[in-house]
Amino acid sequence: MKNILLTTVAVTLTATLAMADGHAVVRMGTEGAYPPWNFINDAGEVDGFERELGDELCARAELTCEWVTNEWDSIIPNLVSGNYDTIIAGMSITAERDEVIDFTQGYTLPDPSAYAATSADLDVASATIAAQTSTIHASFVAEQGWDLLEFSTPEETIAAVKNGEADVVLADKSYLSDVVAQDDDLVFLEREELLGGGVGMGVRESDAELKAKFDAAITSMKEDGSLNALITKWEIGDTF
Amino acid sequence: MFSFCTDPSTLPDWQWMACYLTTTKHMSLYWSVFTVLFLLAVTAPAALAFGFAGASAARSKIMPVSWLGKGYIAIVRGVPDIAFFLFFVIALDQAIEYLRHRALCPDWSEPVRQGNDFVVCQAAKMPLGNAPQWVHESYGFTLAVVTFAIVFGAFAANVLFGAMRAVPHAQLETAEAYGMSPRQTFWRVLVPQMWVYALPGLSNLWMVLIKATPLLFLLGVEDLVYWARELGGIKTPRFTEYPHGDWRMWYFLALLVFYLLFTRASEVALDRLMTRLSHGQATTAGEAQRKAAA
Repeated sequence: MKNILLTTVAVTLTATLAMADGHAVVRMGTEGAYPPWNFINDAGEVDGFERELGDELCARAELTCEWVTNEWDSIIPNLVSGNYDTIIAGMSITAERDEVIDFTQGYTLPDPSAYAATSADLDVASATIAAQTSTIHASFVAEQGWDLLEFSTPEETIAAVKNGEADVVLADKSYLSDVVAQDDDLVFLEREELLGGGVGMGVRESDAELKAKFDAAITSMKEDGSLNALITKWEIGDTF
Repeated sequence: MFSFCTDPSTLPDWQWMACYLTTTKHMSLYWSVFTVLFLLAVTAPAALAFGFAGASAARSKIMPVSWLGKGYIAIVRGVPDIAFFLFFVIALDQAIEYLRHRALCPDWSEPVRQGNDFVVCQAAKMPLGNAPQWVHESYGFTLAVVTFAIVFGAFAANVLFGAMRAVPHAQLETAEAYGMSPRQTFWRVLVPQMWVYALPGLSNLWMVLIKATPLLFLLGVEDLVYWARELGGIKTPRFTEYPHGDWRMWYFLALLVFYLLFTRASEVALDRLMTRLSHGQATTAGEAQRKAAA
């Protein structure tokens, strides 16, 4: 009995030591400007689908997490230089990003991307398309060889269409649907694109331990249906 | 904030506005005004100190010191601000962490650079990973002050270098003739007289510095412009108690008024300072004062 106790103590001690060497606090980096994924609420705190998801994942992985906001443009450089430990900001898994950072498994299915414009009969191929910089949408438009206008925040892409600077905006449908519903001037085009390989959490390539922990937590949330419940609650898209 | 704010959607306009303008998020905006003012209050003397050191070094008779001063002025003035802010701050941060890493974790075997990643042991993190958010913010703020001081110090150094040369040479020769050492000549004759020549240039720098504070957001410090953009953006009823359209124009208008008032107040203060500094100086303005008094 005594031996068992001692072993338990020893195991707990080594576990604590291992933790001390790993992450005492996991800093979660997000953009805070992309509802319903992540946004700053009236109280000035990070809120949204990813806030709830991230808190739950941290609880399941038994990690202490803290939320930090960072501009989208420099969100990857600040991760690799260690200013925070994860990116949880509606970032689609792409081969290009995967060269620089690692992704956990996706926590959403590939979200259809939609076009919103002031009139529904518009040929996107000959239009000026607004998209946020360094997103799958911007690179998709660039690949098609269409006329692309880039902005640093999602907000500005909408404003550009409304003031006529661009003809149409391409973004995640989950983001646009709320904007279009609120705005009488904007309508969805029929055409949609299926881009990216779902959204995952970004971690440093050298941080395999943290990635494994979050992967396990996401799997457990997928299995017991709590992830689907969150996706439905925040109207993110299709469920698993 | 107010007791009637529980259900904003039912309120009359003025009450709605009162509640809206006092949300916790708006408090962050008001607070960021103080962040910006505090940054200026700390950065201006720091930059002046860098400038003074740079200018004194540049006119030193010891060659390597003079090269150092002139090199600092030339290089920092030549590099674009944004590049400097992005590169230098990350480099400075990584240099600090690297030194701490060497000192605190001597038996660490993995390389610090792993592909794109910069990995140091947890104990070397600056600030520590488990430090509260305000420590992270203060650290970012300190990095910002140092970077601003270096950048604006280079411009100030150039201004002061020119101002030191503008002091009439006869004054320095006279001081020497009275038997003052070079050090005494510098502190008692040159420095008190150079300010009047330096002030127009320095006041320009101050005006530019006031408007350069949005660069703070590149360093993760949430400044006035960040909050204005965030608060002014379209808010839909699903995510806030206070839905509104694109109000960025109004927020930026308020910023415009703030910055205009601030620069105007600076101008008035600088004009007074100029009048005071010209007193008794061998310049046109000083001469005019003497004649007016006589």
